[in-house]
Amino acid sequence: MSATTTRPTATKPLSLNRRRTGSLAWHIGALLILAVILYPVLWVVGASFKPSKDIINSLQLFPGHPILANFKGLADGIADISIWTFFENSLFYAGGAVVGILISCSLTAYAFAKIRFAGRNLLFSLMIGTLLLPYHVLLIPQYVMFQKLELINTYVPLLLGKYLATEAFFVFLMVQFMRNLPRELDEAARIDGCGHLRIYWSIVLPLCRPALITSAIFTFINAWNDFMGPLIYLNEPGKYTVSLGMMMFRDSDGVAANYGGLIAMSLVALLPVLLFFLAFQRYLIDGMATSGLKG
Amino acid sequence: MTLVKDSAPATRRARSAAPAAEKRRGRRENLAGYLFMSPWIAGFLLLTAGPMVASLYFAFTDYNLFNTPKWVGLDNFTKMFDDPRWQKSVEVTAKYVVIGTPLKLLLALGVALLLAQSRRGQAFYRAAFYAPSLIGASVSVAFVWRSIFSDNAIVDRAMSAVGIHAGGWVGNPDWILYSLVALTVWQFGAPMVIFLAGLKQVPRELYEAAELDGAGAFRKFWSITLPMISPVLFFNVLLETIHSFQIFGSAYVVSNTYCGPADATLVYTCYLYQQGFKNAQMGFASAMAWMLLLAVALVTAVLFWSQKKWVHYEEDAR
Repeated sequence: MSATTTRPTATKPLSLNRRRTGSLAWHIGALLILAVILYPVLWVVGASFKPSKDIINSLQLFPGHPILANFKGLADGIADISIWTFFENSLFYAGGAVVGILISCSLTAYAFAKIRFAGRNLLFSLMIGTLLLPYHVLLIPQYVMFQKLELINTYVPLLLGKYLATEAFFVFLMVQFMRNLPRELDEAARIDGCGHLRIYWSIVLPLCRPALITSAIFTFINAWNDFMGPLIYLNEPGKYTVSLGMMMFRDSDGVAANYGGLIAMSLVALLPVLLFFLAFQRYLIDGMATSGLKG
Repeated sequence: MTLVKDSAPATRRARSAAPAAEKRRGRRENLAGYLFMSPWIAGFLLLTAGPMVASLYFAFTDYNLFNTPKWVGLDNFTKMFDDPRWQKSVEVTAKYVVIGTPLKLLLALGVALLLAQSRRGQAFYRAAFYAPSLIGASVSVAFVWRSIFSDNAIVDRAMSAVGIHAGGWVGNPDWILYSLVALTVWQFGAPMVIFLAGLKQVPRELYEAAELDGAGAFRKFWSITLPMISPVLFFNVLLETIHSFQIFGSAYVVSNTYCGPADATLVYTCYLYQQGFKNAQMGFASAMAWMLLLAVALVTAVLFWSQKKWVHYEEDAR
């Protein structure tokens, strides 16, 4: 099925014709899917410029008379908290997570990929096992532990795991990448008397840049989107992340008193992720593709 | 999954060295290995293995976070099986997984096959279709979903136009779960990217040989494409299924934190959250978590067992 387009055949005129209609159908199909995919994103852009009462009822994607009131309202914050506080908190969480993941997962991956130590295969199987483990089994005991340590309402429970390489997906991604580096490089370095730390820092890490970038962006986006972690561990609005702060915009009916504010906030919260995606989509998609191919 | 392979040259070199030096080097390698691994080992013991043991213990106790856990044997499990809300949460989750995952994967495979046909525009569409997978889990998108599936909004009006008057899906217990299914299907881009990468690796010669033998498009798909991408299909089925068992955030927000109406979106983790963190039933919630683990383990085992029958691995895959 996938090889039908670029095939030279003897019956040229016919197949050329067929190819052209095929190509048209292809583009129409792809554009239709694109419209469905993009609709919710365009909807939130349009809706954030509408007055609250029109947001649900008006079918017009973009308002005839766009207003800025929703965004101006955001500047006042909510319940005496500036929305910048939420952004700062999210940035702190996501940035801290990126640093932790890059350090801890690359060290672990180096050990798996480049050091031959006793028990390596067993530990690697355990690491792969945690990839499939539902997080919810750990939720209650981890909460109990952090509660006993009086770390509830801090970022320690959210960040500690990132510094201890508990995100097996990124370890796995980096191991795959490091294994494919030419062995001669680190063997030559060994003969020259380099230790592992030196090889890790000066040879392997610089060569792993694509895998590191992929991991960094995924980590940032996951932390930015994270909802359950902050919901459970943070209970003081001043410490809320963006995803938790947004919940304050709705009232008990779910239809927020300030519906326009909620939708504008939704758009603003999406922007960092969308920008990251536009800037780094190659790294994200290639990273995603390799994780599946070599699994 | 591939395990770490020892590299042949290194082994040979080590063998030819003097035994004492070899031993010393081995010990140094062990030390270096465990030093590099130390963050992971600490994390594994402190945040994974330890909590798993603790959670297994809590599952057999009555514990509200402030009392000392009291051993109650199988009480939590018998209570759980008799609990109509627990049964409901199993039913809701099963429905969500069984309907959502196949739909999402079928769409992902279909669109991947479509995109694989043309080079022109492929990169653009691939990126655009992938974007929802990045934002789909966010609270923002959950609010957007809640809006476009409410009364009198676009989905309701489109359905009314063809004669189905269901009102807003989010207010209707019969429909709200399908808005969550739609949300997961909307994120078909991630498995699609993996399918596409798999499709690219199918050798062209196979198709050419099949064409010489007069095979049609369907035959080529069934006898070449499908077996050749079966490892990728297996990976996607495994990951997406395990993933969708654990849906929480979007169900919680789309249903306005109640996981309703009428418990219609009471997915498993939502009930676990309510029991553990709203009702402080840490023992009961731990028992629930272990049932989830068992279910996921069972599904994983069945998939791994079945892969012998339908997953085709090339001899020299690496």
